[in-house]
Amino acid sequence: MSKTRLVGKSVPKIDGITLSCGMPKFVEDMPLKNPLCARILPSPYAHAVIEDIDTSDAEKLPGVLAVLTHKNVPRIVHTTAGQGYPEPSPYDTFILDRKVRFVGDRVAVVAAETPEIADEALSLIRVRYRELPSVLDPWKAMDPGAPVIHDEPEAYHPISAKYDPQRNLAAEVKAVAGDLAAGEKEADFLVEGTYHAHYAQHCPIETHICAGELDHNNRLVLYTSTQVPFHARRITAQALGIPLKRIRVIKPRIGGGFGAKQEVLLEDLTALLVLTTRRPVVLKLSRQEEFLSSRTRHQMFTTMKIGAKKDGSLTLMDMKVLSNTGAYGSHALTVMSNAGSKVLPLYRCSNIGFHGKTVYTNLPVGGAYRGYGATQSYFAQECLIDEMAEKLGMDPVDFRLQNHIRTGETSPIFKALGEGREGNEMYIQSCGIIECINLGAQEIGWREKRMSVREGRFRRGVGMCSLMQGSSIPDIDMGSVYIKINDDGSFNMNLGATDLGTGSDTIFAQMAAEILGVESEDIIVYSSDTDMTPFDVGAYASSTTYLSGQAVIKSAEAVRAQIFSVACEIWGVTSTEGMELREHCVNLSGKDPILLSKIACHSLYAHNQHQIAGNESHITKVSPPPFSAHFAEVEVDTLTGAVRVLKYVAAIDCGTAINPRLAEGQTEGAVANGISYAMWEQYVFNDKGRMLNPSFNHYHIMRTCDMPEIKTILVPTYEPTGPFGAKSVSEISINGGLPVLANAIYHAAGIRLKEGPFTPDRVLAALKKKGNG
Amino acid sequence: MKKNLKLQINGTWKEFSIEPGTLLLDLLRTAGYQGVKDGCREGECGACTVHIDGRPINSCTLFALQADGRSITTIEGLGNPDHPHPIQEAFVETGAVQCGFCIPGKIMSVKALLDRNPDPDEHQIREALSGNLCRCTGYVKQIEAVKLAARRIREKKGDHHE
Repeated sequence: MSKTRLVGKSVPKIDGITLSCGMPKFVEDMPLKNPLCARILPSPYAHAVIEDIDTSDAEKLPGVLAVLTHKNVPRIVHTTAGQGYPEPSPYDTFILDRKVRFVGDRVAVVAAETPEIADEALSLIRVRYRELPSVLDPWKAMDPGAPVIHDEPEAYHPISAKYDPQRNLAAEVKAVAGDLAAGEKEADFLVEGTYHAHYAQHCPIETHICAGELDHNNRLVLYTSTQVPFHARRITAQALGIPLKRIRVIKPRIGGGFGAKQEVLLEDLTALLVLTTRRPVVLKLSRQEEFLSSRTRHQMFTTMKIGAKKDGSLTLMDMKVLSNTGAYGSHALTVMSNAGSKVLPLYRCSNIGFHGKTVYTNLPVGGAYRGYGATQSYFAQECLIDEMAEKLGMDPVDFRLQNHIRTGETSPIFKALGEGREGNEMYIQSCGIIECINLGAQEIGWREKRMSVREGRFRRGVGMCSLMQGSSIPDIDMGSVYIKINDDGSFNMNLGATDLGTGSDTIFAQMAAEILGVESEDIIVYSSDTDMTPFDVGAYASSTTYLSGQAVIKSAEAVRAQIFSVACEIWGVTSTEGMELREHCVNLSGKDPILLSKIACHSLYAHNQHQIAGNESHITKVSPPPFSAHFAEVEVDTLTGAVRVLKYVAAIDCGTAINPRLAEGQTEGAVANGISYAMWEQYVFNDKGRMLNPSFNHYHIMRTCDMPEIKTILVPTYEPTGPFGAKSVSEISINGGLPVLANAIYHAAGIRLKEGPFTPDRVLAALKKKGNG
Repeated sequence: MKKNLKLQINGTWKEFSIEPGTLLLDLLRTAGYQGVKDGCREGECGACTVHIDGRPINSCTLFALQADGRSITTIEGLGNPDHPHPIQEAFVETGAVQCGFCIPGKIMSVKALLDRNPDPDEHQIREALSGNLCRCTGYVKQIEAVKLAARRIREKKGDHHE
């Protein structure tokens, strides 16, 4: 790789200082004129039919401008999953329905002059429910005679996928490579187990919010906290049955997403209320609604069987997944598929099986959540790999080093399992997993600590796991970028890629500036606005850096070529050969450099006038995985069951880190979320399917006082298909928390936890069981 | 029945006429101090942290009337992009800002910490920031930012004494 000037440098985030100064940049800061406040009436029941709904009193209340129920909204089946079109998620959702399918499902919405009036209006809506038997256990969802959650005739799957709502089956996928029976027979040792990855919520500090108004052309403008502005526009148009061209979606700064905002949840209601009242409307979820009614991590049970020979080679990896999508099938198929496709290829094995089912229940709705299925099944795979290493009498580090996929190798799973269809064959072209393992082991002090004595009340142990993910969805995801020059030699770069706090605007500025010979602050980045920026699928599937980054490069190169053409005119030469962009100038040996501002003014004002601009798109045929090894040291208090995480090391190969500080930040944030999930976060339900702890008071996410020492190690590799050698970095590191801490707890105290979070009660119960066993 | 109150916000006295139930958070945001963020309205996330007479408080836990006659400092009172406060600069330089939604409240907590303890150790920093949730960063770079800001502020004060 040639030397870069800005790529690989920790340039400060371009929106950092305005954010630090609290400038108005978020949806709730948008200057709307006298907006109405909207509020949603949630279902108190897990499963019920709305027999009657009387809104007359609410409508009479002064200050109420609209009350919407299933009676007065369009009934068009769609999915809220913000994915490519047609979405690989079942169409099973209406703006408002005559049936409610989980506690927190939406029954009605009001718009009023003040929040207080809106709340009072909700209390005046009289609903007569007929409660239905509910499905609260995913294992029983497909039992004969189980209540049917989606009995509406409209429900269907828009792509050809197995979908049987009459049996509460939201998705099913099978993939086999090799011969599973032979793999089992060949094995000298087998390990098997079922691991439960529990419900959790993304907890962006900014909850879901959408604001809308009519513009001077009577078009609908939605300012929304979304990861998918273009999908939000399309799905809103679809759900309302209005022309897409009437809608403009603007994404201002986003207060965190993590997948929760890859979902079109509020845009439909906001749009309808604006059209109904012809007033600006703001609809924001409360923290309680965020927990109850938005989206969650799909609860998943992963049963896996692994076979190995005495020499440590793997003969069988067979994974079965039961995923719970809750009341609606948002991302039901793809999260479950990813549990296999982003996990199984990590090790060399000829006989690999995957069988996943996703079922409906009357519980909160699953959705996209950073890690996207891989988080759930890595728990099983990486704990069972440790169990196998123990059976073989091998160190978990050595066992993994022996079996990892390496550069130049492939896995049959890449082709067998895609996102709602067959995958793409892929050979690994960059892989730093071995360096990740070695550096991580060194940092945690693996060899010494594995040999340490573990006795007494407080027992310390170390654990590890290996991980991979992908970088965008091949053949489906597309990113597009527009760049133009300004009089002063600065550039506008408008792109659909959706910075939700990750820093993508900054790294794209670095990439463009690198090619255009300017500084990153000379690139004025604008993302994302469906009227003003070209299309991009949005921020998900670990695609932004890898995919949209290539579109940035292509556009910048197109602009550079046009700059060189103008330089030819000015210099009176015919060939651009030897021309270079650096230090804000076009350079050619033997000529005086020409400032970019001069190029711009020449092309805009002087001769053969035109706008120097480029607009290029990018798709990919492959989804190169980043790799990572995580290590943790824990201390188990065998008296109280309390577990303390002392140190956590994440060594990551994300190819080239375009901005190392931001790449570290992505890793640290994901690690923290993974630890928090494994240690504290959980949904507590009552026997009616109601979540009992929908607040930060009772749903504990990591605070500064809970943090272990976190150490990130970037392990550079060069991915030839990525922009400047980059792969993805955002999702992978959330997958480590459950398995690495479970493995460390096992090492410390000899107890194998198969369900999170690893709270004192679970630890004590396991210790007790072990003591008695 | 509306009530009148006076607040000194970022050094300027202002008068308001409000419903008695108005939260300080909502008053401040409505009055244009939109750096005060609304993240949970239950005193748990810290995004709405402001100073009252120099002490950090979640503005969602207070009726505006309870602050009558007091001095309020919001993030807007610390600095702006042309003249940022050293804490604001340090947060940007260290990569402590991702989505930025928790940042104004967090910086107000940092300011209160450094005002009373110019040289906090790691434990004191963690304790002071434990009321300000962040879901993006894992806090690692935020703690680094506090250390950097503290050092710079101390050095600057040192310069003045010389």
